[in-house]
Amino acid sequence: MLELVGVSKRVGKELHINDVSVHFGPGSLNVLLGPTLAGKTSLMRLMAGLDRPTAGDILVDGKSVLGVPVRQRNIAMVYQQFINYPGFTVYDNIASPMRLSGVDKKNLDLRVREAAELLRLTEFLDRTPLQLSGGQQQRTAIARALVKRAELVLLDEPLGNLDYKLREELRVELPKIFAQTGAVLVYATTEPHEALLLGGHTATLSEGRVTQFGSTIEVYNRPASLITAQTFADPPFNTVLLTKSGSNLRFGDVSLNVADKATSLNDGQYTGAIRPHHLSLSASDKHNIPIQAEVGTSEITGSETYVHVKTGGQRWVVLTHGVHRVTPGEQITLYLDPLSIFLFDSNESLVHAPESNAKG
Amino acid sequence: MAKIQLDQLAHSYLPNPSSESDFALKSMDYMWDDGGAYALLGPSGCGKTTLLNIISGLLVPSRGRIQFDDVDVTDRTPEQRNIAQVFQFPVIYDTMTVSQNLAFPLANRGVDESEIKRRVADMLETLELSSKADQRARGLTADEKQKISLGRGLVRYDVNAILFDEPLTVIDPHMKWQLRTKLKELHQRLGHTMIYVTHDQTEALTFADKVVVMYEGEVVQIGTPEELFERPSHTFVGYFIGSPGMNILPCEVEGSAAFVDGLRIPLGFNYEPPANATLELGVRPEFVRFARQDENGVPVTMDSVDDVGRHRIAKVRLAGHALNIILEEGHEIPTSNIGIVCDPIRSGVYANKHRLEGSAVNLEGTF
Amino acid sequence: MVAKTVNQKAWFLVLPVLLVVAFNAIIPLMTVVNYSVQDTFSPGVFFFEGTKWYQEVLASPRFHGALGRQLLYTAIILIIEIPLGVAVALAMPRTGPWVSVCLVLMALPLLIPWNVVGAMWNIFALPDIGLLGFGLNWLGFDYNYTQQPLAAWFTVILMDVWHWTSLVVLLAYAGLSSIPDAYYQAAKIDGASRFAVFRYIQLPKMKRVLIIALLLRFMDSFMIYTEPFVLTGGGPGNSTTFLSIDLVKAAIGEFNLGIAASMSILYFLMTLLVCWVFYTLMMRGEEDT
Repeated sequence: MLELVGVSKRVGKELHINDVSVHFGPGSLNVLLGPTLAGKTSLMRLMAGLDRPTAGDILVDGKSVLGVPVRQRNIAMVYQQFINYPGFTVYDNIASPMRLSGVDKKNLDLRVREAAELLRLTEFLDRTPLQLSGGQQQRTAIARALVKRAELVLLDEPLGNLDYKLREELRVELPKIFAQTGAVLVYATTEPHEALLLGGHTATLSEGRVTQFGSTIEVYNRPASLITAQTFADPPFNTVLLTKSGSNLRFGDVSLNVADKATSLNDGQYTGAIRPHHLSLSASDKHNIPIQAEVGTSEITGSETYVHVKTGGQRWVVLTHGVHRVTPGEQITLYLDPLSIFLFDSNESLVHAPESNAKG
Repeated sequence: MAKIQLDQLAHSYLPNPSSESDFALKSMDYMWDDGGAYALLGPSGCGKTTLLNIISGLLVPSRGRIQFDDVDVTDRTPEQRNIAQVFQFPVIYDTMTVSQNLAFPLANRGVDESEIKRRVADMLETLELSSKADQRARGLTADEKQKISLGRGLVRYDVNAILFDEPLTVIDPHMKWQLRTKLKELHQRLGHTMIYVTHDQTEALTFADKVVVMYEGEVVQIGTPEELFERPSHTFVGYFIGSPGMNILPCEVEGSAAFVDGLRIPLGFNYEPPANATLELGVRPEFVRFARQDENGVPVTMDSVDDVGRHRIAKVRLAGHALNIILEEGHEIPTSNIGIVCDPIRSGVYANKHRLEGSAVNLEGTF
Repeated sequence: MVAKTVNQKAWFLVLPVLLVVAFNAIIPLMTVVNYSVQDTFSPGVFFFEGTKWYQEVLASPRFHGALGRQLLYTAIILIIEIPLGVAVALAMPRTGPWVSVCLVLMALPLLIPWNVVGAMWNIFALPDIGLLGFGLNWLGFDYNYTQQPLAAWFTVILMDVWHWTSLVVLLAYAGLSSIPDAYYQAAKIDGASRFAVFRYIQLPKMKRVLIIALLLRFMDSFMIYTEPFVLTGGGPGNSTTFLSIDLVKAAIGEFNLGIAASMSILYFLMTLLVCWVFYTLMMRGEEDT
């Protein structure tokens, strides 16, 4: 169990980490999601004890670990770069942390083979890292983190340097592998998609601050603020300024009815946010609201089409099923399902999330 | 702008290649249209960067010729070929300002001062960097630097082709979107021939009109994103494109039905597979849906369901073989008698990993 | 990566180093300071003289002469060695079997002890039996470094260039090797000339190592002693008597401890000052990388 209480880190005049409080339960998988320089690596360094916070406390199982040197903490870390001992075989690489801690020979062999089996490295045990592919090298580094039986495993964008397809495979395997160890797992990534595939809990970071922490799908479905929503969106959210009066929401010449739950909101200005896949190029039922837009570019992935449009001075992205050919400059009609809209108040806090999503 | 022709092109990094496996790039003959947007897609080590460097002139192929608009350029330097290239890591001239960076390739070619000024201002506008024109390029963010790398190619109006070598590697997801659409926009507006190397299917598919999928030094398929998705001609293409990739199950085929461990899966075409070939059924997770067994569903057992936001991915087992199914929002899984149905038209048969062409189903014959 | 912990006991580990530094540097330095403000006639009898020695040194033409020669020498050395080193580094192959051959050749002069270098050149440049001296005379130059100040300077500088340019080469080469290939490729594609590649890619990327090279060469040449001492002994006359040679003459030859001590302090302060000025000037504008 790992707990951060009001942790801040100031370097010179800059605040790298700003008042972070989170609580990671035993055996939990926690994703730190945010763009580059949001503070993911800084936060991990604090958790590992490589840096000391300028304010706040870090507790492991309820006891402060601020005074405990890194070597005495039971921690494993995996980096974006594949870090292995180039002169050692895969076997010796995996065995190295146990040799340092003096595990007896029989036990060591058992644990190396177990980890190798889990990460599908058994047939490569006699090779050196340079004879391996990138994915195998990173799996070796992960196996080394695994055999340590660390209480806290920190993975800093571990799949960043791998091919797309390899990433996809390891993403599926990693949570399973680590679930078996009972360690507190912290996984940093810039990609929302990756967070969703990993599941567990997610803390969204922006400018050194944790903007939200909760179960991954819950954070995705009910982002508490606009900044969290944007951090956890790929492609980005489409936003629009709305005026609410009674049960009516209006922007430009478009007006829509508010979902039941939102009618009790005060009248006034709100920011509406719509996920690109909740817009479509054809009406699916009579409640859909037509919106006029001008096509910018379109991207076809084979199964889906991203249409970039301009509407009411805003740039939006529409993600639709199937292949749709549109020409730049063309005027088209988008259809919006009014039930899928998120509403944020003037403080950019969530006041309404779509009903269908709320169940997770 | 130019069309690009590869003529019996092959490359080996060894001085005296003897066997096929010594070649990083196996013999290829292709013609790429003037003004097209092409992507070279494949895993690392598939030869895509080798091919790109041969086109740009950074590498001279061991065999074959390369032509731009019917002119043999095989022995020409990158400069003589008049191409531009954007690399994985942004290359900027640290000591220069943003506008000096953009002016550099023009100044080197002796373009006159006023023309340089005009074009640089124009390019700054296009790249939305006007406000940073006089800043040192060194202090910019990664995506801004990458825009400058691109801009240095685009200011030369007459470049034959612009080549990209995994240009979005160091860019954050949100900026990736902006840069990608910017690229697409520029391609539509300026009409340069563009070749884009990547291992990321989303980048390749969204950028290119034609995607060249490479695997172990060979081109396995060239096609529009739609073709690659709907009719992958090789199981590798099926696996590599789409996430999750195509489900590939060992099977036997009789006429217009595939049998996976004896379970019958109807197909949209009639097949006459070659004797002794290893046969596989390929169907994308998008084209499989749940159906109760009493509604013609093929029985499966459930493994897990992952919610990935936009949709859910169900993992099931069909006669012991793992199968992914994409469940769109609002679609539900039957609670009992769980079975699946594959879209017959979009299910393909592969013999020794290559797609078989089937003939239209003779409906009388099947029943 | 530096691991910072709160364990304050770690400071004790630094203690031995502090002691060694104290014995090596601080205590001798303070002794010199002590001598520079006192006079003595017999062991244990000292008189406080204040700044008398300093005034004397600063006013003496002998010191001015040595300082002038020293500055000229260092300036010539830097002007020759830095560009030459960079040029050689640029000309060295970047890949292939010749890389190690070149590196070993370059490292050779650096491995020879300084007094041996002096002795070697002493013989090498002799006009009657030395290859260089004999050769120059054979070609018609009237060359004798033991008699002619100009010839002595020429020899001392040639020796230093031979001995130390390699250091600049190695540093510059290391700087060049750290430039990713993509930069050269991009420059080719941008149509950059060879000079533009040097000016806009290689030079900016070498800046840091060149600053180090410059500092090292400045300090070494400013404090040069052994080689000219062995080669010319500071002569003919005092034409190659640089600061450190003069200092030793004063301290040991003439036993002028006060003068020598105050000269040492001035010498030390000058070196420190110039290094600091160099460093701040050249590092300016580097912070934002």
